[in-house]
Amino acid sequence: MSIPKDNTGSPAVIVADGAERTYDVTLTVNGVHRVARVPARRTLSDFLRHDLQSTGTHVGCEHGVCGACTVLLDGAPVRSCLTFAVSVDGHSVTTIEGMAGDPHDADGNAPALSAVQQAFRECHALQCGFCTPGFITTITAGLVEQPNPTRADAVEMIAGNLCRCTGYQNIVDAVLRAAELTRERGER
Amino acid sequence: MKPAPFAWHGPESVGEAIAVLAEYGPDAKVLAGGQSLIPLLAMRLAAPAHLVDINRIVALDDVTVTAAGVTVGALARQTRVEKDPSARAVQPLLPQALRLVAHPTIRNRGTTVGSLAHADPAGEMTAVLALTGGTVTASSVRGERVISAADFFRGPLESALAPDELAVRAFFPRMTAGGGTSFVEIARRHGDYALCGVGAIAELDDGGGLRALRCGYLSVSETPLVLDLTDAWSVGEQHAAELARAAVDPVTDIHASADYRRQLAAVLTVRAARQAISTARAREVAA
Repeated sequence: MSIPKDNTGSPAVIVADGAERTYDVTLTVNGVHRVARVPARRTLSDFLRHDLQSTGTHVGCEHGVCGACTVLLDGAPVRSCLTFAVSVDGHSVTTIEGMAGDPHDADGNAPALSAVQQAFRECHALQCGFCTPGFITTITAGLVEQPNPTRADAVEMIAGNLCRCTGYQNIVDAVLRAAELTRERGER
Repeated sequence: MKPAPFAWHGPESVGEAIAVLAEYGPDAKVLAGGQSLIPLLAMRLAAPAHLVDINRIVALDDVTVTAAGVTVGALARQTRVEKDPSARAVQPLLPQALRLVAHPTIRNRGTTVGSLAHADPAGEMTAVLALTGGTVTASSVRGERVISAADFFRGPLESALAPDELAVRAFFPRMTAGGGTSFVEIARRHGDYALCGVGAIAELDDGGGLRALRCGYLSVSETPLVLDLTDAWSVGEQHAAELARAAVDPVTDIHASADYRRQLAAVLTVRAARQAISTARAREVAA
């Protein structure tokens, strides 16, 4: 895939009207086909928040340290702030908005919480909630890989995510409770 | 915290990628997993005019294991290398070191070859390539060349790659028969850069005696340091530890003083070597 050149022979980053060159990026976000036209430097986190108006994914440090922006890329947790949207064109992304059950269930009930979300609620694993989307996505994928974690496994599972409120103990409890709930529910 | 604008190139083959690098190499950076490069772009410590994004070159997403060793393609994510059971069998240092590379979430995206090309002397994979005596293969329109670990690391964040070259794969030789390995490090926080790390490869002779002991160091030198401690260890553990303490050349920074890093190099040398030797012995008993 080559890009057009400007009159100096260089690939044009800034196009004629002074705007930055943009690219069509197509993603499957929480099972829904989404397209937006963005500059190449648009991170996946900003793509989700700014271009798709899907603000459940939170942006903390913007350089890969805090883990708040973690989403599942083809099922595996990645830092959406350390991924360019254009690099993952055509791939599938699951965000915090994709964790709960169908919000439009037949009886008009509130969306069912996922096992991890339910465990966070039961264990008081959040206070301000800013870091929570990153924890929920990370733990959801973690429990697929490791359905029966020990407490040490749970600590390892969340080691890449920062929380300034809880002191982590309740989050570790929630990992173990989520594993229990997942088994009870017979979820994957 | 937003990258400066760059011209994006999305080649779908190595041929396309090296053609772009031939044209724009000196003003271009290669983007693989981006776990080191994107923070540099976000903080605008780097602002290349061109970014050659190799994420579409699926042929490079490859791990090949043979009796000779493990070959890792430029798009193989760290997690894939870490979890590959045949790679683990042939060169156990790979998973032993990879589990210490940042966090699992970073390893899901970051690549082993990208980590080598970044040439950070605090990187685990640079130390493993140096310790195992591995190679990096670079491709350009001028052809392909194989660069030994000893020649590949030129300085902190500086590799032997020319501006028009793409690191297409790395090769980690197998652990020799009668061998044992270990990788230990100390970091301020789980997943942080190590204040000091040590990898060890021990080889036993047929009688169970120590034939060879080599240790590789990270975060205590400008390029990956490898020491042959065979003779020193035979004199005594502390002799080897003191040799390591004298050989490393760490700097003081906000995370630790140079003296503390020297102390860690000495202590971790003994820890890593003991583990590698006992692993080799256990392996011998099992065999």
